[in-house]
Amino acid sequence: MNARLRWRKFVSNFMLTLTGICAAIAVSALFFILGYLVYHGGTSINWDFFTKLPAPVGEGGGGMANAIVGSAKLLLLASFIGIPIGFFGGIYMAEFSNSSIAFVVRFAADLLNGVPSIVIGIFAYTVAVLPFKHFSTWAGGLALGIMMIPITLRSTEEFLHSVPRALREGAMALGASKWKTIMSVVVPAAYRGIMTAILLALARVAGETAPLLFTALGNRFWSPGWNQPTASLPAMIYSYALSAFEDWHRQAWAAGLVLLALILIVNIFARVILARGTAVPRS
Amino acid sequence: MATSTTTVPNAGPTSGSRSFISRLKDGDEIARIITFLFAASVVLITVLIVMQLWHDSNLSREKYGWKFFVKQVWDPTNDDFGALTFVYGTLVTSGIGLLIAVPLGLGAAIFLAELAPQKISDTLQFFIDLLAAVPSVIYGLLGVFIVVPLMREYIQPALKGTLGFLPLFQGPPFGVGFLTAGIVLAIMVIPYIISVSREVLLSVPRDQREAALALGSTRWESTWKVVVPFARSGIMGSIFLALARALGETMAVTMVVGNTPTISASLLSPGYSIAAVIANDLPEASGVYLHALIELGLVLFAFTFILNGLARLLLVLTTQKGSGMGHV
Amino acid sequence: MKRLTGLLLVVLALGGFVLAQNALLINGAGASFPYPIYSKWFDEYHKSNASVQINYQSVGSGAGIKQATDGTVDFGASDGPMSDEQLKAYSDKHGSAILHFPTVLGAVVPTYNIPGVDATLKFTPEALAGIFLGKVTKWNDPLISGPNKGVNIPANEIVVVHRSDGSGTTYVFTDYLSKVSDEWKGKVNKGTTVTWPVGLGGKGNEGVTGLVKQTPNSIGYVELIYAAKNNVAFGSVKNAAGEFLKADLAGVSEAAAGAAKTMPDDFRVSITNAPGKKAYPISSFTWLLIPAKFSDMAKRDAMKSFLKWAITDGQKDTEELAYAKLPKEVVAKELKAIETIQ
Repeated sequence: MNARLRWRKFVSNFMLTLTGICAAIAVSALFFILGYLVYHGGTSINWDFFTKLPAPVGEGGGGMANAIVGSAKLLLLASFIGIPIGFFGGIYMAEFSNSSIAFVVRFAADLLNGVPSIVIGIFAYTVAVLPFKHFSTWAGGLALGIMMIPITLRSTEEFLHSVPRALREGAMALGASKWKTIMSVVVPAAYRGIMTAILLALARVAGETAPLLFTALGNRFWSPGWNQPTASLPAMIYSYALSAFEDWHRQAWAAGLVLLALILIVNIFARVILARGTAVPRS
Repeated sequence: MATSTTTVPNAGPTSGSRSFISRLKDGDEIARIITFLFAASVVLITVLIVMQLWHDSNLSREKYGWKFFVKQVWDPTNDDFGALTFVYGTLVTSGIGLLIAVPLGLGAAIFLAELAPQKISDTLQFFIDLLAAVPSVIYGLLGVFIVVPLMREYIQPALKGTLGFLPLFQGPPFGVGFLTAGIVLAIMVIPYIISVSREVLLSVPRDQREAALALGSTRWESTWKVVVPFARSGIMGSIFLALARALGETMAVTMVVGNTPTISASLLSPGYSIAAVIANDLPEASGVYLHALIELGLVLFAFTFILNGLARLLLVLTTQKGSGMGHV
Repeated sequence: MKRLTGLLLVVLALGGFVLAQNALLINGAGASFPYPIYSKWFDEYHKSNASVQINYQSVGSGAGIKQATDGTVDFGASDGPMSDEQLKAYSDKHGSAILHFPTVLGAVVPTYNIPGVDATLKFTPEALAGIFLGKVTKWNDPLISGPNKGVNIPANEIVVVHRSDGSGTTYVFTDYLSKVSDEWKGKVNKGTTVTWPVGLGGKGNEGVTGLVKQTPNSIGYVELIYAAKNNVAFGSVKNAAGEFLKADLAGVSEAAAGAAKTMPDDFRVSITNAPGKKAYPISSFTWLLIPAKFSDMAKRDAMKSFLKWAITDGQKDTEELAYAKLPKEVVAKELKAIETIQ
């Protein structure tokens, strides 16, 4: 082995080790994040956190019960917008449309997907808050729902496409109408993938803060119905983290831990259990 | 979908083979119409958003025209606004973010695609996908309590001590600033670079690698000089996607960037980004102020639109190239 | 699939019903200056009036004025009184006026974090103006060290912290600086938002306090309770009579004493740099911005009753939170004004 070859081999091993280090850094980031959240927030998670309302400024104690419920309500609203449009729109794209309409819809969905969440927040503010003179839960739900649409649409379309033609043709050969074929054969076959995508989309918008800043605003109390401002976990984390009160900092960590834990659990569940074997969509 | 060649009268999506009435009876036409409406609503919403943004920024567009983009002033008391500081801040923070994330991300992707055995590669990719799911406010939280003090106590003084003569590292160590925001952004976009690049690298046909190795190159040489260039457009696509994500990032940036409209060569200086100023100022803005903010939103939208389009284009190019031999 | 949708619909309907209590929810937004006492008041008021929930969001005076004008909240709050143009904008939009009601008195203090300096620094108006103009850049500048002989101040660079959002606290502070420094008045002037020559931006009083607490060698301006309760040092300021005063309730009340007698009918008045030997120079009233005409009678009655409670019984909470009580003459005048709310 001459010197030049030895050098090249050395470079090769060195660079490849470097790539390994890069991968290690990237992956360890996840565990650092989790670790810090558990360390800082773990101690502040107690029964109060889940059941009590926020206490007045400066007083210790209190919890984020209204924020947890608020986030849940926002997600419920978001699903009402994001899931039907995405699901049925996806069915149209996969089963009924021609290629030019499909192109336009896909283009619009891509555009929508790329819109920064703060811009969606502006839109929701101008159409759902200003005209009604009211910050509200449903305005926040609208913003989050719009963000869900592109993900559910693309995923539904892709998973329906991936169902083998033979299944469709078999059903039709037995005399089923197109719609019946879709609903009782094709969709159930793609069910897992679609559910995965929906869950992932929900997990994604659960953590969004920016669109809520000018729509759901915030609430120190319970938010009745759908027409009032509401607290939400991400918004509470944001305002508590920026404050100067130690107690609020602790609560922000705890809320961060709860939020991240929920998001990760949904992600893991969707990717591991539900989507076994199917290709999981990237955001 | 190809038309079926069976002779069953109800088969196939083409409408000529069945009468309208029979389709209506079976609910197919209704289904088609209803699902079409849902799909059309997506287009409608997108168009509405663009229209609303355009309409609600007219005061600012009329007042400043194209000069909006070169003015450095941002004065709510005297109603004089310009986008330059925020465009600068957005580009600088995202640029720093990519500068850090691309080498790291590409390196990790190479490791996952070329070196790691399948199982490990898949497991690690799983963790990377989880990293992508972490919401931005949590990055902001970690940024405020961990990255900022780290920057202020150790990293910024160290940079000043060693490279302080460069205009890049002037000014007191605030902790917050362009560099800090860039670092936080880097962590946020790494997963996108890794996952897309890894897929693209994996799709490079095996013969490319084998040919290089057969000609006597080392593992690294075959990877770096043959495989990666082959996947170049896909990797570029991933970079554009990551950039688009970084540009629009709001929460994490506003919590660590310093919220000060400044144009400065120094990375240690506090700054502002488009998304951050919108988040901070929108609730209190009205009139031209509000319209100027919405115009900024429009600018951001345009940036991300162009980048996403380029990214998709590149990804399409690369998968076509990669599937050159024998794929449908 | 169908069952799922059905279930979802039921949950939605239930959610609407179950969570829609009989409580009247009133939304307000605005200044962070009085947030500590407002949040205590609204909490206490709710305890004794369980059917009324007043949700107050601390978003800054600027946003409070805007949201009140837009009508997206039921009332606003600000420590910078609305200007004539802002008042006109409101009445143009709503066809009726918006009223200012002072609730408490507070102080804005210069808060700082200098490693190694535990003493209370004395600040002259020239020093403060110089620092925030960016002309005084080091802590051991003669303008600062002059009045503080005997304190060992390091030669570190000053990090200025100000508000990034539209703020009444900013209004009070810049109002003071405009009175004591012609240069400041010419260059920056006063307002809820100004173009700061130097410094970092923090969101809300909370954000500025947080930044100062975490950033060595920094100085900011915040409402008294934020500095006091978070153990961040704050300095004394030289008043118009030449005395260095550290902000306290007596100093603030003294500053308001003169204005109390000459309070205008709309309650908009500035008491910064007030005359009087013991008057703290950076004091201010803070106001709730209440529409003169409500469309919802229940909300109107609730707000009127809350206001009456706040300026009388509620004043007992002020001391422990480091705000000063309203002068008696002002309270009397306000009670009369409250009756004019329709």
